[in-house]
Amino acid sequence: MKFSRRDFVRGGVAAFSVGFAAPRFLCDVALAQGAGSRNLVVVYLSGGNDSLSMLIPYLDPFYATRRPTLAVPAGQTLQIGSDRAGNALGLHPRLTGLRSIFNEGGLALIQRSGYENSSRSHFEGTDIWSTANPETTQGPGWLGRYLDSFPPPLDPLSGWNTAGETPRSLQARMTAVPSILNPSAYAFQSPNGAAEVGAERACATRMSSHLPVHRPHLSFVNASAQAAFATLDRVATVGAYAPTVVYPNNGFALALRGVAGALASRIGTRVFWVQTGGYDTHAAQNTLNGTYATLMSTLNDGLTAFYQDLRNQGLLSDTLVVQFSEFGRRVQENGSAGTDHGAASVMMAFGGPVRGGVYGTAPSLSPDPSNQTLENGGSDVRYETDFRSVYARVLDNWLGADSVGILGGDFRAGSPEFL
Amino acid sequence: MAQDPRIQHLLRRAGFGTTGADAARYSQRGFAATIEELVDFASIPDAVDAAFTASEPSSSPSTAINDARQRWLYRMVNSRRPLQEKMVLFWHNHFATAYSKIAGRVGALGATQMMAATRQEHPAGMRGQLELFREYALPNFRDLLFEIAKDPAMLVWLDGRANTKARPQENFAREIMELFTIGIGQFAEADVYAGARVFTGWNLQRVGEANEPTTYYQFFYNPGQHDTDAKEFSFAIHGNGSRTIPARAASAGMQDGLDLIAALARHPETARRLARRLWSFFISEIQPPDAAFVGQIANVYLQSDCHMAPTVRAVLLSRGFAAQSSYFARYSWPVEYVARALKEVGSAGFPLSSALSPLANMGQQLFEPPDVGGWSLGTSWFSTAAMLARMNFASSLIGRQRADIARAASGNGPTPEALLSFYLDRLTPAPLEPGAYEALLAYLRGGGDWAGSDAQLRIKAPGLLHLIVGSSEYQLV
Repeated sequence: MKFSRRDFVRGGVAAFSVGFAAPRFLCDVALAQGAGSRNLVVVYLSGGNDSLSMLIPYLDPFYATRRPTLAVPAGQTLQIGSDRAGNALGLHPRLTGLRSIFNEGGLALIQRSGYENSSRSHFEGTDIWSTANPETTQGPGWLGRYLDSFPPPLDPLSGWNTAGETPRSLQARMTAVPSILNPSAYAFQSPNGAAEVGAERACATRMSSHLPVHRPHLSFVNASAQAAFATLDRVATVGAYAPTVVYPNNGFALALRGVAGALASRIGTRVFWVQTGGYDTHAAQNTLNGTYATLMSTLNDGLTAFYQDLRNQGLLSDTLVVQFSEFGRRVQENGSAGTDHGAASVMMAFGGPVRGGVYGTAPSLSPDPSNQTLENGGSDVRYETDFRSVYARVLDNWLGADSVGILGGDFRAGSPEFL
Repeated sequence: MAQDPRIQHLLRRAGFGTTGADAARYSQRGFAATIEELVDFASIPDAVDAAFTASEPSSSPSTAINDARQRWLYRMVNSRRPLQEKMVLFWHNHFATAYSKIAGRVGALGATQMMAATRQEHPAGMRGQLELFREYALPNFRDLLFEIAKDPAMLVWLDGRANTKARPQENFAREIMELFTIGIGQFAEADVYAGARVFTGWNLQRVGEANEPTTYYQFFYNPGQHDTDAKEFSFAIHGNGSRTIPARAASAGMQDGLDLIAALARHPETARRLARRLWSFFISEIQPPDAAFVGQIANVYLQSDCHMAPTVRAVLLSRGFAAQSSYFARYSWPVEYVARALKEVGSAGFPLSSALSPLANMGQQLFEPPDVGGWSLGTSWFSTAAMLARMNFASSLIGRQRADIARAASGNGPTPEALLSFYLDRLTPAPLEPGAYEALLAYLRGGGDWAGSDAQLRIKAPGLLHLIVGSSEYQLV
């Protein structure tokens, strides 16, 4: 990786001083900048999703022959019709809720999303999707650059990360995006009990309020503490959220529950990050009933609960959900009943004004090296839709931002018209 | 008592911080002799596991992963061989292996055994991955690579156990190049495919019946599953520059892996990459290593035939290490922060089990790195939730010792300034910013005049300690 975290920190910290210059105005800023307006929820499937098992070209004769133990029988897929090239498609049998959204016309499936010379490395691949730059993955992420495009001072709750560490996509120059795994545990404690919390918090806030330019690393930690203190009280209001549906009891669904709470309390956040892992299925993938089926259940049940909760509360039209993974997986299953790292995969989107349907075309799975829909000698799915054209549409058509400036180029051509 | 800042710097980096007594002893020895003692630790008795068992008699670290996490934390705090424990942590992150996937494949018992059992605890005298890292903390990196390629936990984690000639499994082959040795950009996809074939037949077998407590897994080389054809690489495999691992009889096929491991271990990019990783682990995450440092350390590594002890010694003796600008120029990992706080604050009445959830909230659950790339280091540790988790850990550690803390402070707080310097001497955070220093004094003076009475100290001493251990300055090491 060419990216230097240190350079980024150096660039980032000078800017933090600006971002945190006027915390007392931040609530007004939040109201002015975002409350009640459109927001984006990015869902990351970590590890490289085997999207050929999520959206299945079940009539392709090579699907079963190249995946003798992993193929889902045609009759068990949730058949959703064909793409424009006539490839019959079925969703994974566990995606029942998402199929309902699809049938209602609310789910967009963007096949073969990726980029030229796809990286097979988790880390480089994730950096490329995060920075939207396959050539050089330096600097902040694409969502961070979107947040940086707001006029300062930036509301510290503009972004909301539900993962433990800040994902590269959300790294910004102007703000430290808070990570809020569980809104009700997002609090400051005192060894002397509740009576002393106020005095100690006031002191800790003052201690971290200065961002010395000659000590960038100390400034970084101080900025993080400041972002925590600046968000504590508003996040506490989300901790009491009572959803309209029962969310499954797993990390992914509970993160989505927190997002729904933030949306319901109109807290003003513009970008949310939710991720779920376990997709690096090199072995014992057990598509139908094992590991991969569990992944699909987690994905389906969490997203379906979230969708219904938002719809019940009238929040769905303000919320766009977009899903991605760092790469797809090899067409041919390996000797461990799993799949190795591949190239293009499927993105999904729902919510907001999404025009549901199937975008792009499924690959032909023929191992013939002249097959133009595969690459790497007929091994991996070749991309058809540049993922940056999807980002561009989200930025331009949904968030009302300038995709050319944020993505560092014009990727609007050929963008699937799901928004 | 003023302490030698160089020794403290050394012990924060080559260990997990220090108690006052240790610092005095090492200071008496001097800087260079302390480095020798840290690197050449074999003669120092290693009784830390026995001490842990004595303090936690019902604990079972070879069968229950949370007990294994506690024992490891206990070692970090109490080992007389701090550099060995520090290198174990370095290798755990370098060869990042997560318990949960292994437990999903072989069950909780087998997985804990694979991760953490000592030879004494294992039914067949094998050692868990953590013990492998202890054994190879500072010996030869090539040998460590060879051992890790045969390590049962790794064979499950990166799926080598199912690597067969009919369909080679790429996972381990990719990561041994991308993450464990030469790094991305130094190899081609074709090298991954060839590497997978090299390790075909490096599998795992179960000994005993499934789900029996005496059952265990061991490496075995399965010649029938080894691909005997020649393998071509884009980099030199042999000393003469040849890029080909020759076709070999299946019975001799393990030599393929030894050839590849030796080539990767002595590859100049491996040497440079290790030098850079050692720089950010031991010296600085603020300044990059200069080319001279990387060249010098890579050279020591290559000249010593991949031995880590001379390499790490050279890092600790380097000018960059001793430079004042390197003091507090690293972001502490959560376990470094917790171990140091346990040492410096004390942990009487604080069970180590109470540190496990806070560590997870800070983003570092031992034996559970997020992926094979290890944890994201540096600034990535400091999300807002993680920062709150650090502050709240300090609150819980100190909250359980309030009476002791107030007693120890008694007589040391005639003035707010005196109480503050009493703690700053003991805790040695990075130098406080003037504003932070003033804020702490204002906190002590808050709510009335300072009398230094026991009643005041009961609240303010734990409160002050919490604010220091939870400060940004204390997060730097």
